[in-house]
Amino acid sequence: MITLVVTLLGIYLVFGPRRTPTSADFTWTGIKANLAENINLGLDLKGGSHLVMRVKTDEYLKTLTENNAQAAETAAKDAQLPVTSSSVQAAGSTYTVTLNLGEGAQASAVAEEVKKKVDFVNWTESTTANSITWSLPSTHQTLLKNQAVEQAMKIIESRINAFGVKEPTLQRHGAESSGQILLQMPGVDDPERVKKLIGDDAQLSLMKVVSAPNPSPAQTYPSEEMARQSLGGAVPSNRRILAYIERDDSATSANQQDRPKQFVVVEYPSVVDGSELRDASAVSRTGNEGDYQIAFSLKPAGAAKFGDWTSKNINNYMAVVLNDEVKSIAFIRSRIDDQGEISGTFTKATADDLALTLRSGALPAKLEYQEERTVGPSLGADSIQAGVTASVAGLIFIVAFMLIYYRGSGINAVIALILNMLLTMAALIVFDSTLTLPGIAGLILGIGMAVDSNVLIFERMREELVAGNRVADAVQGGFDKAFVTIIDSHVTTILSSVILYLYGSGPIRGFAVTLILGLLINLFSAVFVSRTIFGWLLSRNPNMEKLSI
Amino acid sequence: MFQILPKINVDWMGIRKPLVAISIVVLLAGLGSAISRQLTPGGTDAFNLGVDFQGGTVITAKFKQKPSVDDIRAALNNAGINEPIIQDSTDKTDEVLIKVPLLEGAAQSSSEQETVNQVAAGRESVKNALNTFGAEARPDLALPDDPNASYKIVGTDSVGPVAGAQLRNQAVIATLLGMIGILLFIAFRYDWTYAAGAVIAVFHDVLITLAFFSIFQWEVSLTVLAAFLTLVGFSVNDSIVIFDRIRENVSLHRDKSIYQLTNDSINQTMSRTIVTNGLVFLSVLALVLFGGEVLRGFSLALFVGSIAGTYSTIAIASPIALWWQGKLGESRMKDVAAKPVQTGEKLASASRKSVTRRPATR
Repeated sequence: MITLVVTLLGIYLVFGPRRTPTSADFTWTGIKANLAENINLGLDLKGGSHLVMRVKTDEYLKTLTENNAQAAETAAKDAQLPVTSSSVQAAGSTYTVTLNLGEGAQASAVAEEVKKKVDFVNWTESTTANSITWSLPSTHQTLLKNQAVEQAMKIIESRINAFGVKEPTLQRHGAESSGQILLQMPGVDDPERVKKLIGDDAQLSLMKVVSAPNPSPAQTYPSEEMARQSLGGAVPSNRRILAYIERDDSATSANQQDRPKQFVVVEYPSVVDGSELRDASAVSRTGNEGDYQIAFSLKPAGAAKFGDWTSKNINNYMAVVLNDEVKSIAFIRSRIDDQGEISGTFTKATADDLALTLRSGALPAKLEYQEERTVGPSLGADSIQAGVTASVAGLIFIVAFMLIYYRGSGINAVIALILNMLLTMAALIVFDSTLTLPGIAGLILGIGMAVDSNVLIFERMREELVAGNRVADAVQGGFDKAFVTIIDSHVTTILSSVILYLYGSGPIRGFAVTLILGLLINLFSAVFVSRTIFGWLLSRNPNMEKLSI
Repeated sequence: MFQILPKINVDWMGIRKPLVAISIVVLLAGLGSAISRQLTPGGTDAFNLGVDFQGGTVITAKFKQKPSVDDIRAALNNAGINEPIIQDSTDKTDEVLIKVPLLEGAAQSSSEQETVNQVAAGRESVKNALNTFGAEARPDLALPDDPNASYKIVGTDSVGPVAGAQLRNQAVIATLLGMIGILLFIAFRYDWTYAAGAVIAVFHDVLITLAFFSIFQWEVSLTVLAAFLTLVGFSVNDSIVIFDRIRENVSLHRDKSIYQLTNDSINQTMSRTIVTNGLVFLSVLALVLFGGEVLRGFSLALFVGSIAGTYSTIAIASPIALWWQGKLGESRMKDVAAKPVQTGEKLASASRKSVTRRPATR
């Protein structure tokens, strides 16, 4: 009975549609279409999207230089050293930070103090009477650029794989210095969402708002011009003007977009930024679409910094900034250590994607798309055809052999084998796995071990019969004795596959997944189902004299 | 019923030395090939690593009348480019992406100039191949504007490896950890000596297959990696079947020597071994012959691996287990008649250490 239910379920999962069935689903073409839709084929078997993107490494270096300059100035001033200003050069292949010294400053002392707090380890330092200059040598520039690209590749891969094990291929593209990445991934269902996920630079920062403290309201300006006026006409290097849309709970989500923007002035650099994020998740108080927030928590180092800052800034206003846009402003009531919330009018899908992007880490620099196309399978359609033909031929041969060599019992084995393949496919569909050629290798091993299980059982039964046992006892003995072997070999292989899954990635994982599923299902079909069929035969004829084997 | 070799009785343990010798010869040949190839400058590398592992050049070609992937592959092969990866561009239907590996004898590019040279060389070789379909468009003209041309190369770039050093190392580490898992589990269910035998047999299979890949320079791609994992699984499965029979025989026939019992176990399971491994072998043979060229590396790995697997179960796994037991408790394996064991009557059960290791001479 269980067998029947499981079989029907398997057939439905593999060949049936995911929506309400129509009559077209029962035709041959309908079945093929459903099969194609249900199984996710990998890049090597089906092809997918092909994207070439460039990591803007020059912007990365520029931001790094600017951050360092600001931090250097702050460090010197914090230590009461006479420093007047800092300046930055970040263009072409020159990246320098210059610190201008005031009266009576000791250049070396200032440099010492600054280097305690700011990483200038690989920069070359040069001093004059009233300034210190750090410049980034070109070898180190190349190193940092490569690091940025490698980091971007890792983050992109984790973002894509969060969608489900997709096994994308990521390679460096073009000349080393171009910072280009080639991404190929299977499936083209929603290229826009994928592009957003990859390229979306969800950069979170918490920044101090330049404003009178609470109980005065937060200082906002109706236009960017007015904000600039308040700073004396030009934006200094330690200030930024950002747009801010005030959240109004009474307005509907559609109206929120059209509300007039306001502008705020914030201090730069930020208090904490995305790299100190430990976790982010989408939460909602009401569960309504358009009413999702992002709850985030900070890592210990960031939390300490944040706690420190908030305790010194009670009643000051703080802005939660996402991608250079202020999402919310709140005043510090008391010391906050490690948790916060970004409120906005997010839909669940947007909030989930955003939380994922925040979790996997901010991209070191923005991405620029250069080439976009869809491609066919990397194996080549021709070889897939040949592979399928050869495999089908192999399977037919196995079936024929089982029937000829084991005669009647061979039918039993063939049923078990077909059931195994069907259920493994169904399991893959249920787990939404992507099937690639390494995955098929796992399937091959699974089928091989399935065939072996049947052979073990039958050979054992033959031995028992030759030794003179009755049919009923031979069947019992065959199954019992072979069972130990089957369990041992399956458990061993499943165990090592689990290890492969945990420590491997990409094709190794694909292999491990199909193998584990195939073996677990085999334990069911080769042992339980096979035995049930024999049991049924015996129940009809308990004193069977001869067994067709 | 028709049985294959029901009453076979070969002294497998007796011929273990010649069998092991054959293995060692093949392994040494492989090692020699790998070393000599690697050291010869400008020659081939130890292994023929494909685009996946080495990187290479990606060329985008645009055709007036795009030939099939089959034809393009044939043209590239004729021009001496083996194992390219060819992908149709399905949205821009007149374009095709061709990835070719780094050319023979080239090391990873160490400088910009090297890369540029590599890319140019790659482009030249692809151009030579594609010229079989007609002429390339003049550099200053777009394809439709040149009446004599049938294709144009519109993109040439170098690509890094998909499976760089990091993935390779990770693959090796993951596999080794998996092997440790197998070792521990077999030790738990059977005995340390058998676990060692099984693991050494697996290493043997992998190394023998690698030896063949090095000698014949078959391409190593990502799918070949998966094939190696598959043959690890087959080998372990095979070994366990024999070990299980040895365990059962030891508990049933306490008067016989382990040497004799090992032979018996192998002979008794020979039917099963021939049927299963025979089926595997023939199916993989079908794949090798009819599976097409791109799958060639994959199917050859399985082919050599399955033969090596069967061989290693008989010639490597069991003898090593016996040899180790001999070192631990017995002076000579061959003619030992075991002393009767004084423990209480134990039914043939699947419990562990009680039935596999002979107690030290009392």
